[in-house]
Amino acid sequence: MSILVLADHDQGKLSPATQRVLGAVATLGDAADVLVAGENIGVVAEAAAKLPGVQKVSVADNAAYASQSAEALAGLLSGLVDGYEYIVASAGAVGRDVMPRLAAKLDVMPVTDVIAIHGADRFDRPVYAGNAIETVVNTQAKKLLTIRASAFAPIKGDGQAPIEPVSLADIKSVVEFIAELRTENDTPDLGTAQIVVGGGQSFASAENFKMVEKLAAVLGAAVGATRAAVDAGYAPNDWQVGQTGKIIAPDLYIAIGISGALQHLAGIQGAKKIIAINLDPEAPLVKLADLALIGDLFEVVPALTAALEQRLKA
Amino acid sequence: MKILVAVKRVVDHNVRIRVKPDGSGVETANVRMSMNPFCKNAVEAAVQLAEQGHATEIVAVSIGPKAASDVLLTAMAMGVNRSILIETDARVEPLAVAKLLQAVVDEEKPDLVLLGKQAVDDDSNQTGQMLAGLLDWPQATFASAIEVEDGAVKVTREVDYGRAESRLPLPAIITADLRLNTPRNTALPMVMKARQKPLAVRPVAEFGVDITPRLQIEKTTPPAERSGGKTVGSVDDLVTAIGDDVANMEAL
Ligand SMILES: Cc1cc2nc3c(=O)[nH]c(=O)nc-3n(C[C@H](O)[C@H](O)[C@H](O)COP(=O)(O)OP(=O)(O)OC[C@H]3O[C@@H](n4cnc5c(N)ncnc54)[C@H](O)[C@@H]3O)c2cc1C
Repeated sequence: MSILVLADHDQGKLSPATQRVLGAVATLGDAADVLVAGENIGVVAEAAAKLPGVQKVSVADNAAYASQSAEALAGLLSGLVDGYEYIVASAGAVGRDVMPRLAAKLDVMPVTDVIAIHGADRFDRPVYAGNAIETVVNTQAKKLLTIRASAFAPIKGDGQAPIEPVSLADIKSVVEFIAELRTENDTPDLGTAQIVVGGGQSFASAENFKMVEKLAAVLGAAVGATRAAVDAGYAPNDWQVGQTGKIIAPDLYIAIGISGALQHLAGIQGAKKIIAINLDPEAPLVKLADLALIGDLFEVVPALTAALEQRLKA
Repeated sequence: MKILVAVKRVVDHNVRIRVKPDGSGVETANVRMSMNPFCKNAVEAAVQLAEQGHATEIVAVSIGPKAASDVLLTAMAMGVNRSILIETDARVEPLAVAKLLQAVVDEEKPDLVLLGKQAVDDDSNQTGQMLAGLLDWPQATFASAIEVEDGAVKVTREVDYGRAESRLPLPAIITADLRLNTPRNTALPMVMKARQKPLAVRPVAEFGVDITPRLQIEKTTPPAERSGGKTVGSVDDLVTAIGDDVANMEAL
């Protein structure tokens, strides 16, 4: 059983998602080869080589891969997949962009957003915004998978895999990358944070939404938002949690002024514990939460933040 | 330029779906169906490009049962010029959909194909990327802004770190995210007018594409239930609960 994992990385840092993808494929039984593609990604390759369960790290270092374009990455992968039974990526923006394109080139039907692996050819994936789980049997000779990283534990321990450059053929992409419009903040990674504090449109302004950020900072938490809050401009799009935003699985999710529309719930089903703060005792999220406080967020959040700051300092 | 836009008929996104007790799938009989929300964004984008004078013709295509002509009618009421329904009652996987769309692209020769980024039933997020792969065309997925330039499109995409901008030469594939636009409502007179527009219904067999599924769906189950519903009386109680949680959390 041979496995090739496309590493997910960001600006010279291996993404925590890759460690979770390796955790997922470890259940398939074999060590994986990891492909790191990008520009000046030596540090990423070294980080990948130190993970257990890695047999070899292949590095494709070229400007053509700097923007992680689907055209360039799918082209690169299609030249490397011979001999691999599994080709796997995280179901982040890059994996979702690249894997289906590659799959079509290989005439393979991929399984996207895998949340459980039962043996060599049986996979669970959520459908209908997570309101149903499909168990899919995939007997194709090549199996292309994207993995919902938050559904798997990261692989842990030490490894020492060799790093080898891959020889690069013709790698021109017709797509011209113009700019990254990056959200500037140093909050923890939403997809892998232990605690997430989420806010809805009831904060009523970007200024007020800073209350969420402040509580998150006290807890060392990541910040999440509903689509309504993002559309209103209170939070950047990469904070959106839900069916069409990020899927999270923190130990604790604190949802403030969030109704719990099914598209939002789709993103938090993996949360171990949910605490809700809401005016409305009938809000779906209040009913679903492990613990809820019925109250006005404009009073509750500042008081909670101050008191937690005190307690956690002590 | 000519635009092809793909639309899918799905269970309406406001419907709370029910998994069949025998695990054979999701209940779809007597359930409200409508156009997939992201496909609506794609149609709206195409119509806006026509209104801006960039598009000269918009053709919508759907693959599905006879009833899918409903969503094509909606698309035409929004401003699409004509439609093609590739009719089949079978389950058609994204790869087969992409192959059927490729056949339509070969016939229609559009400059741009717009699709939704995902369908809210199977949540696959694949078809646009697959079509781009089959055609070897450039792709821009999860688009939240599109600007037509001379022989190219500038697209803003929603990615993990925020947004990214790129420029694609035409012909190209774009998949729409929700923030791309707000789809217009279709008033009854527009729907009546849409009934006059051409809708070609063609059997799937005409396209010479093998649509046999590659994946078997063994069973469909509901997700694990949460047992929530406890409330606390005061902020102090919440401080205690959260404080204890944090104290008990294992450091990574
Ligand atoms: C195809 C599609 C995809 C979508 N994808 C997503 C997604 O990925 N993520 C997502 O979040 N949404 C998504 N949505 C939108 C979703 O349906 C909801 O509209 C959205 O989640 C609602 O956000 P909200 O909870 O902030 O607002 P609302 O639903 O308006 O809820 C506000 C809540 O705040 C409470 N409240 C108001 N004032 C106060 C106060 N002073 N103190 C305390 N509580 C207060 C109210 O009681 C209410 O419960 C999607 C929709 C569609 C159609």
